[in-house]
Amino acid sequence: MRNIFLFIRRYSTLLLFLLLQGFSIYLIVTYNRYHNAVFSNTATQVTGKVNEQYNRVEDYFRLKKTNDSLWKANERLYNKLRENFQIPDTLSKIVIDSLKIDSLEQHRKYRYLQATVIENSVTTQSNYIVLGRGKNQELKEGMGLIDVNNGVVGIITTVSSDYAVVMSMLHKDSHISGKLLKSGETGTLTWDGKQPNIVAISGIPKSAKVAKGDTVITSGFSTTFPKGLLVGFVTEVIPEKSTNNYTIKLKTAADFYSLQYVYVIDNKQQEAIKQLLDKATQQSK
Amino acid sequence: MSLLLKNIIRFALFILVQIFVLDKIHLHQLVTPYLYFLFILWLPFNMSRPVQMIIAFALGLTLDSFRHNPGFHAAACVLIAYVRPFLVALLIPQEGADGNYEEPSPKSLGGNLPYFIYATVLTIIHHGWLFILEAWQFGNFWYFLMKTLLSTAISLALIIVTELLIVRKQKFRTNTV
Repeated sequence: MRNIFLFIRRYSTLLLFLLLQGFSIYLIVTYNRYHNAVFSNTATQVTGKVNEQYNRVEDYFRLKKTNDSLWKANERLYNKLRENFQIPDTLSKIVIDSLKIDSLEQHRKYRYLQATVIENSVTTQSNYIVLGRGKNQELKEGMGLIDVNNGVVGIITTVSSDYAVVMSMLHKDSHISGKLLKSGETGTLTWDGKQPNIVAISGIPKSAKVAKGDTVITSGFSTTFPKGLLVGFVTEVIPEKSTNNYTIKLKTAADFYSLQYVYVIDNKQQEAIKQLLDKATQQSK
Repeated sequence: MSLLLKNIIRFALFILVQIFVLDKIHLHQLVTPYLYFLFILWLPFNMSRPVQMIIAFALGLTLDSFRHNPGFHAAACVLIAYVRPFLVALLIPQEGADGNYEEPSPKSLGGNLPYFIYATVLTIIHHGWLFILEAWQFGNFWYFLMKTLLSTAISLALIIVTELLIVRKQKFRTNTV
């Protein structure tokens, strides 16, 4: 027993070093999307406050760019207005629409919530975005994030009371389901950690007809994003040698360097679908 | 200014500069400009080693909290805080010379060259360990080796600029008062 104490005393520096290294590596290994809530909650609350102050100043430098993008988004929305379309009155079919006005919003599936980006990174292997809106302002884990021009950005992973942390599409663990607009093949969107604004979609069979410039959209197979949101445009098609698939590089539709105003997508039916899936997996066990 | 106050101010300044100035610069995917660890290089000679490591851990974890990736910088900082006293003992001109000055600087290490070696070795260790931890999770080792070398170069340039810009007054202390 005495020898143990002597040993500890003699090598106390080395032991402390190993302890601190071990703790750091423990943090790296165990920290993923849904764990470590205590650390990330307090850390996000504190760092969020600091970033918010900084962002108040930084916003002014990007006003023109932001204004331009909002202007374009508005133009697109104006063009979708019903008043802009006129159908000749030749129809004679009587349609009984049982869903006249959904005033109670019981059939609404997706709701868009606005949020500002207060922190954003593109240089590391695991990039996160912080929003200045949190649990108290209706955000939940698992909601999707898009920019003002409907380009997919990421998924919320942690929420504290006033801030939310989003795993950007530029993150090594990000797996979002994507689809080729023209031919309809679906695949998984991943990032190789090298160039920001360039992601890859894998799992597209070689039978698919893909060309440079094709559009990739969200598939709508997950409960996070509705179908048809812009993901990116094909820049390079690489056939995989060992498999029957292509790896396709995309230029993302969202510009990750200059995110400022974004929308969070709240899927009202997410909970119901999740419960159903849980029930199904329990029954199959 | 007391030692404690000076180091608290330095801690805050280095973290703020790192997060709000250097992290906003996107030079190239291979180059990440790091300067914050200069705080550890500047810690006083006579601080005990466990205290140095705990301070280094706190510095790393603070930066990690801002980047939402706990562990990476903390591990790298603890490593350089552990290695630092060995390096100082190797480079210091004569036995006991570390008692003459407060903290490592070109003057206290006896010239620009020993200080440059001191900074280079610790920078390579810091970047190497940091990027190996990332590579171990991510694959593609050569890419990260290039990243280490290029980032070390830019960090050293930043350290030289900082040393030239900020004059640290170093009083010569003798024990024969």
